[in-house]
Amino acid sequence: MRNFLIRKVIASIVTLYAIVTANFVIFRMAPGDPIRMMFRDPRVSAEQLAEQTEKFGLSGSLWDQYLAYMGNLLQGDLGLSFWQKRPVIDVIAERIPQTLMLVLTALALAVLIGTFFGALAGWKSGKKTDSIILSTSLTLYSIPSFAMGIVLLMVFAYILTIFPLGGIRTPASGFTGIRSVLDVLWHMILPAFSIILWYVGEYILLTRSSMLDVLGQDYILTARAKGLRERLIRKRHALRNALLPVITITGVNLGFAVAGIIEAETVFSWPGVGRLIYDAVLKRDYPLLQGVFLVFAAAIILANFVIDLIYSFVDPRIRVGE
Amino acid sequence: MALLEVKDLSIYYQMHRGDAKAVDGVSFSIKENETLGLIGESGCGKTTIALSLLRFIRPPGKITGGSIIYNGTNILDLSEDGMRRLRGNEIAIVRQEAQNALNPVLTVGEQIAEQIIEHDKVDKNTAWQRAKDQLELVGIGADRVRSYPHEFSGGMRQRVMIAIATANYPKLLILDEPITGLDVIVQRQLLKLIADLRDRFELTIIFIAHDLSVIAENCDRVVVMYAGKVAENSNTSDLYHKPLHPYSSALISSYPSILGERQELKSIPGAPPSLVNPPPGCLFADRCEHVMDICRQKIPPEYDIDGRSVACHLYEHSKEPQV
Repeated sequence: MRNFLIRKVIASIVTLYAIVTANFVIFRMAPGDPIRMMFRDPRVSAEQLAEQTEKFGLSGSLWDQYLAYMGNLLQGDLGLSFWQKRPVIDVIAERIPQTLMLVLTALALAVLIGTFFGALAGWKSGKKTDSIILSTSLTLYSIPSFAMGIVLLMVFAYILTIFPLGGIRTPASGFTGIRSVLDVLWHMILPAFSIILWYVGEYILLTRSSMLDVLGQDYILTARAKGLRERLIRKRHALRNALLPVITITGVNLGFAVAGIIEAETVFSWPGVGRLIYDAVLKRDYPLLQGVFLVFAAAIILANFVIDLIYSFVDPRIRVGE
Repeated sequence: MALLEVKDLSIYYQMHRGDAKAVDGVSFSIKENETLGLIGESGCGKTTIALSLLRFIRPPGKITGGSIIYNGTNILDLSEDGMRRLRGNEIAIVRQEAQNALNPVLTVGEQIAEQIIEHDKVDKNTAWQRAKDQLELVGIGADRVRSYPHEFSGGMRQRVMIAIATANYPKLLILDEPITGLDVIVQRQLLKLIADLRDRFELTIIFIAHDLSVIAENCDRVVVMYAGKVAENSNTSDLYHKPLHPYSSALISSYPSILGERQELKSIPGAPPSLVNPPPGCLFADRCEHVMDICRQKIPPEYDIDGRSVACHLYEHSKEPQV
């Protein structure tokens, strides 16, 4: 187990390093001079421009910039945001809790709901329950989350006015304590649902096909031949094996969740990291984008590390690889 | 009294082109403590019969007729729960290909113990102890109780399967090609183990194989199957020394013998007929050396000859073996 951990940690660090480097290069390759773009006033002197170039870490050769960038990074310095003129790390840090709250809630619910109905559909394959679940999940899976978001917004916030139109808190409500928590949850329902509905479709389809695959395996026949009860066969023998691919795909999904977050947070004006990406692109705030990408990359690597660990506990065959 | 009596059993697989008659009017019975061999080439319905004894025939397969009387009850009339109580407890099976027959994410101990808990309603510790005893019994060793299936070789996994099958001391054990695909030394060890367990637990065994020597050594009686029907049902020694059905004799002469003079091996020309649209008459007619006109017109009935039975027109007028 210890070797396994060490190997995973090293692999993660190498991956992160590669991403940081690529991240650096991509933004240096982007056309145009960001400093000139920021200070388009002709009265700005060459001296002042040089000073700004220095301040944003854009002076010297590419190699010097790279070394400086890596050096700063190791000290937790991600540079200055062009747009907000504040350290990137601060800008991102204040957005992370909102995004984590939204994404983790949505993904956790999607996994729970999706695997439950997926397993049920797989178990009842060919029956009416199966076809209802299957057609519903196919429909959900085919609707992009931003389209779903806009529809949800229109129906529940605009027409029925049950939920707020956007944001995370009722402005100037002065809510405190439990009221303010409930207020945030109330705001979170629609954006969370726009993400959940899409993922539920995916998890149902995945769990269902995985379940069908497992049910055809020899060991299920063995379990039946033992005279075990159906419930036990389903839980202990079928579901446990059927969930292995679900765990894998959850790691991948955490990566793809980035796109979903940008869409959902933008549609619902949710003040999270996804919305921040959207704004940073519009403002051409390269350091901020660079910072956000780095944070996402680190998050995905961390998530996959955790998934690997979970997987090794669930599937004994993985542990032998050490 | 017969422990198991299969009467006129028919199992069809429903397909677009029509029903494939995988098992067609098969009857045989097994006395207690007897070992019955079921032999025939691939696709003759051996495994389908094995699965039907546990009522494991699933669509498109369907039991279309006949009865399976186990211990006086027709298991085809049992409720699903009643059938479940028999499985693993009274009737157990060891199948071919133990590679995937064990659940990869559970320890072998858990996989043995869960069956004991299910049927005998004992607590976990008792079941675990019995699981260890079973592993010891099949020659694996109690210390491997926490190992996972992938940590065993093919032969060892088949031993685990045997440990599971005998964990509840069943009366009837179905062995569906249990040693196929293993190397000969392991095969020999497994056969020895099976023979030991049969004596120890007084098991009644149905042994399915396509290997004549395995059947010859281990079985009291043999049912020779061809294209879903019983060709011959005989005690083992008579079958080998004086096969009645032309198919039985062809089967025996296509197999090398270690003893006696070296004889040329004869293969059986042709292939079994389609089970969907079988020709009229005897299904073996096209491959038979003794084929007569009547063979292509009429399905041969079963004739009793000296306590053996054979489905062949050669015996219509005679009580004496003619092949």
